[in-house]
Amino acid sequence: MIYLDNAATSWPKPPEVLKAMTDALERSGGNPGRSGHRLSIEAARLIYQTREDIADFFNSGDPMGVIFTSNATHALNLAIRGLLHPGDRAVTTSIEHNSVMRPLRHLEKNGVELRVVPCAQDGTVDLADMAKTVTPGTKLLISVFASNVVGTIMPIKQIAQIAHRAGALLLVDAAQAAGALPIDMQEMGIDLLAFTGHKALLGSPGSGGLVIRAGVDASQIEPLMRGGTGSQSELEEHPDFLPDRFESGTPNLVGIASLQAGIGWLRQRGMDAVREHEKDLTRQIIEGLSQIPGIKVYGTLDAERCVAIVSFTVEGRTVSEIGMRLDEEYGVLVRVGLHCAPAAHRTIGSFPEGTVRLAPGVFTTKKQIETALGAIARVVTT
Amino acid sequence: MTYGVVLFHTTASAMQAEKVLSKAGLKVKLVPTPRQFSSDCGIALRFDWEQKGQVESLLTSNKVDTAAVRQMEQ
Ligand SMILES: Cc1ncc(COP(=O)(O)O)c(C=O)c1O
Repeated sequence: MIYLDNAATSWPKPPEVLKAMTDALERSGGNPGRSGHRLSIEAARLIYQTREDIADFFNSGDPMGVIFTSNATHALNLAIRGLLHPGDRAVTTSIEHNSVMRPLRHLEKNGVELRVVPCAQDGTVDLADMAKTVTPGTKLLISVFASNVVGTIMPIKQIAQIAHRAGALLLVDAAQAAGALPIDMQEMGIDLLAFTGHKALLGSPGSGGLVIRAGVDASQIEPLMRGGTGSQSELEEHPDFLPDRFESGTPNLVGIASLQAGIGWLRQRGMDAVREHEKDLTRQIIEGLSQIPGIKVYGTLDAERCVAIVSFTVEGRTVSEIGMRLDEEYGVLVRVGLHCAPAAHRTIGSFPEGTVRLAPGVFTTKKQIETALGAIARVVTT
Repeated sequence: MTYGVVLFHTTASAMQAEKVLSKAGLKVKLVPTPRQFSSDCGIALRFDWEQKGQVESLLTSNKVDTAAVRQMEQ
């Protein structure tokens, strides 16, 4: 079996991640911050240390601004719905995932003004166009870091400058980028970063977070939920300090442990080495696909400018047939269709049919890519 | 024995304090917040009262948010 669906969720996970998850339940099994006995404190230590690891990994400058959520969607909803009120203006791009688009379209119906900057067919954005759209008074600019359909990497540093010049906050959807590319929130000027644990960070489903950069005023974000925090238990009002303001209910200890282990694993391997490996594989895929007649490859066609995600279509073939034959006849696992991103497919010109998406991961080998390319060539020509 | 107890708003700060103070070589212990202090957060940090000055200056210089510091006989 060759797993090329790491953009949906990474597989396999490093053994260290699996071990950290069972260890968390075995050794730190208390309810963190609730009870004060040794198992509860052990759980709280694990969670706090993971806050520090994440703040460090993304260089956000403040571990208290690391808010654990169940995934990127939850983090994006927290930021978008917590910040935008009727009468506010928000700007986003035309290659966003539905986890950004749907909350925004919902708010648009309720009085938020939404502007969408059109991207080019290869997923790139025209910065001058964006600067014109992000007018002074815009409250929030939301951009994906790397597209989940074509992998295109956005110029986040320049986008941050555009946001800040207009007085807007920048929220970045790093679902695909976190763990795949080095991210420095302070250097790049990212105010809010939404990430998910189960993709390139190599953690388990059900883990993720919103990282608030040091210096960003979190009091302007309304919590999505309120409830038990283990703090200020004498009050019936929800506390306003971080991280409790945005975290209520018993957290996903096992998922958080998996995140810590995933980040530890990536650190040990080195983010530069991870990136180089994935660039090699991406280059191999783009070159290989381009030699198969009848195939159209989407995106920048440049491994330097995208994460390890390549989309293609085949003239006269449905993507679902290709996906099914790759799985059944060759054991090559890919994802076909719209990838929860209709706006992105409209932008690249593959709506409503969608594309076949190949997404190798850290554990994919060049040999596997060679085999997969052979399988694709046979499926396409027979 | 006279102890000091640091109270916190949030568990995360208690963990941060423990890390900072242990790293500096101080003997501290996370304990369930003594009820008489009716604090915000369920976990407090106990230290040797004689080290109060050191504890406070380390917490301040590392920007650890605290709710109060109290004295306790045990
Ligand atoms: C760009 C992008 N944003 C958001 C998400 C949502 O991630 P999750 O399903 O983990 O919330 C995904 C993944 O599906 C994604 O690729």
